[in-house]
Amino acid sequence: MSSRGIADKVAIVGMGCTRFGELWDRSTDDLLVDAVGQAVASAGMRPDDVDAYWLGTLGSGQSGLTLSRPLGIDHKPVTRVENYCATGSEAFRNACYAVASGAYDRVMAVGVEKLKDSGFSGLLRSDPPADGTASELSLTAPAAFSLLDPAYTTRYGVDPGAMREAMTHVAWKNHVNGARNPRAQFRKEVSREAIENAPKVAGRLGVLDCSGVSDGSAAAIVVRAEDAHLYTDRPVYVKALALAAGPMRGGMDPGYDFTTFPEVVRSAQDAYAQAGITDPARELSLAEVHDCFTPTELVLMEDLGFTERGQAWKDSLAGDFDADGRLPVNVDGGLKSFGHPVGASGLRMLFEAWLQLRGEAGERQLPDPHHALTHNLGGRPGGCVSFVSVVGNEAG
Amino acid sequence: MSTVVLGYATYLPVHRLGPDSGLRTPRVVASFDENSTTLAVAAARSLLRRADPADVASVWLATTSPAYLDKTNASAVHAALGLAPDVFATDVVGSGRSTVGALRAASAQGGLVLAADVRVGRPGSSDERLGADAAGALLLGEGDGIADVLAQASVTDELLDRWRPPTSLVGAQWEERFGFERYADLVRRAAGEALDRAGLAEADHVVVASGNSAVVKRAGTLVKGARSTTTSPVGFSGAADLLVALGAVLDTAGPGETILLLSAVDGCDALVLRTTDRLPERRQPVPVRDQLAAGRPVPYTTYLSWRGLLERELPRRPEPDRPAGPPSLRAAAWKFGFAGARCTECGFVHLPPVPVCRGCGAVERMEAVPMAGARGTVATYTVDRLAFSPSPPVVDVVVDFEGGGRCSVEVADADPATVTVGTEVEMTFRSLFVAGGVHNYFWKARVVPAGAVSAEEDA
Repeated sequence: MSSRGIADKVAIVGMGCTRFGELWDRSTDDLLVDAVGQAVASAGMRPDDVDAYWLGTLGSGQSGLTLSRPLGIDHKPVTRVENYCATGSEAFRNACYAVASGAYDRVMAVGVEKLKDSGFSGLLRSDPPADGTASELSLTAPAAFSLLDPAYTTRYGVDPGAMREAMTHVAWKNHVNGARNPRAQFRKEVSREAIENAPKVAGRLGVLDCSGVSDGSAAAIVVRAEDAHLYTDRPVYVKALALAAGPMRGGMDPGYDFTTFPEVVRSAQDAYAQAGITDPARELSLAEVHDCFTPTELVLMEDLGFTERGQAWKDSLAGDFDADGRLPVNVDGGLKSFGHPVGASGLRMLFEAWLQLRGEAGERQLPDPHHALTHNLGGRPGGCVSFVSVVGNEAG
Repeated sequence: MSTVVLGYATYLPVHRLGPDSGLRTPRVVASFDENSTTLAVAAARSLLRRADPADVASVWLATTSPAYLDKTNASAVHAALGLAPDVFATDVVGSGRSTVGALRAASAQGGLVLAADVRVGRPGSSDERLGADAAGALLLGEGDGIADVLAQASVTDELLDRWRPPTSLVGAQWEERFGFERYADLVRRAAGEALDRAGLAEADHVVVASGNSAVVKRAGTLVKGARSTTTSPVGFSGAADLLVALGAVLDTAGPGETILLLSAVDGCDALVLRTTDRLPERRQPVPVRDQLAAGRPVPYTTYLSWRGLLERELPRRPEPDRPAGPPSLRAAAWKFGFAGARCTECGFVHLPPVPVCRGCGAVERMEAVPMAGARGTVATYTVDRLAFSPSPPVVDVVVDFEGGGRCSVEVADADPATVTVGTEVEMTFRSLFVAGGVHNYFWKARVVPAGAVSAEEDA
């Protein structure tokens, strides 16, 4: 990786996030107006103060008009971006670069998804016309990620029962965290028995191993770091933004063993280099990671360098990543319990970092956090895009 | 007529209707992802493991249950077998007589005769009880054969015995005794004529194929063979019936024995063969009898839903889009033939083919590599209960192939209990789903049964 990064050049000065969930009574427009309004208000701005917008959505609209129409934006630049489930992070990344380049003073990244209008379970695909042979056609997302489970237990000689307990712990922990989050889709704790006995979806993954399919929106306002205090006393500085799109080699290469995401490893290395982080497990105060399915979170702990290879299942069971553990992971409930409105999720992760680093996380507040990581992934084992950011509450 | 029989094979789907369907003897049924085209491919691939594909001068696909009309089905078979573009391929559609037509054409000019059918009967009907889904393959051409064609004879008769409107899934028949009485005369006439032409007083083996169940039941009373008089041991399989019945005889007949093949369909067609010394060493490795015994039961309600006779609740997922014509054409070698691309610089095998090598980055330095015959092992697997499928759940595997290459595919005829990391699989040509009237042909993995004769050993 050769990205130079834009550490400490830009800062977040306002954020907003709607409640996530099956919001039958709220439209995409409603969600956008809500999230944008919260963000503008928290920055002490007027809507007209924003110079340019980046809108991330997987499938809830096309083009910048999806945002300009409901907001009545008056002939300003609005870019719609899409990068699978990392769409929200991608909107944020490009918005940050626009400010860092000097092109704009104040920009907004918005993510939105309205999944629950389709009437189907899970995510829908909108693939171009094709020959009908792509494995994604028959293999759903939970099935693709369930491949991690037997591969991991085989590679590291982990007893499948112990692996099941570790996966259960991820779901249990994220529900405990989500129960303390008023915006979360699922605001209640779930017993280990309920998790393990939930109806099976794919492989050993049950319904409660899967992230919530939900509607929601989140937004962030980004300005030059030196201007940040014009808008807030507690800005959140962007230390690193990294993105890696894989060559999709894993699906074709017998050398790939489905126990890691090379894209995550590479994007994390890039982000740590940009942020000057050498020991992420110690230097980070919290991490918001892409726990789309329970085994994903386990593998991410290793790919992000939070633990050694083959250890994540043990560390997870030991409570290392619990809210009171050595490195709290998904303290807001994660995709699992906060919900996963695709285009909004990357910005939702940043929203928790924003709250925590400003001391505004209420009963979830961690003691004196200073650096937060967000990790957002789109695709599946064997081929994905992976985004990693590091943000902190002090410049320099 | 200088053509000889170069090889034969039969294919029986693995599923059987059992006691829960009210049947006393198991009924062979095709899986939801099989149709006459895929059954024909399976029989043809079995045959061509023991024959030279270069000997295939033409392809004749006989069926009463074509997957398409207005579009040739034999072209998909041709593509799946990876035959050269100048090999003629056509369908011969309609009745059991179509198979005879294919045999006549192929015996005149050489060719691969494929006969395949999915026979559907109303629940409780004799077609359900006495029918079978099956395929047979017979390769005719020049050279050292397993049997010589001695003579043929035909009698044609317009007879309302069996019929089916083209739009109907199930057919109808007159009282079987009416057809039997008529066929009794026709069979004796055609048999006598053919034997005369062959200079024989009688044949060692007589094989009778007919959709009239009385003809089948009382075949021995019509014409007797010196050694055997048989009908298909698997039940009436439409256009495939004649070749399945013949296959069962070729499984056991000795060298130098004569076979009188009789097809009683709207007349009677007779063909006389004499086996050669090469038959014993070129029999199909798994005889019809063992193919029949190797099945396993499918729940009756599952079977009825496969045939559209019972509508079941499906996962709450959108139906897939139909495969598109232009991408399917561009990817034909992959989609229909399961040919990958090997980098000529570093040898990395790509499934599907891609322009830039994943191993060394070389651009457009690929050669086609046939993978349909390769075996592989399961690297990892899952059971997908959410995916759209005509028969959920979908079992998916990541397969690493001998000699290189990896891809993720569905498992055909899946018994989830037999799939784990390290399971050995082979590839089979199936229809993944039908969308917009288009069959999404592609390949699936199939678990190699323990102790099975491998394709390679077989060759």
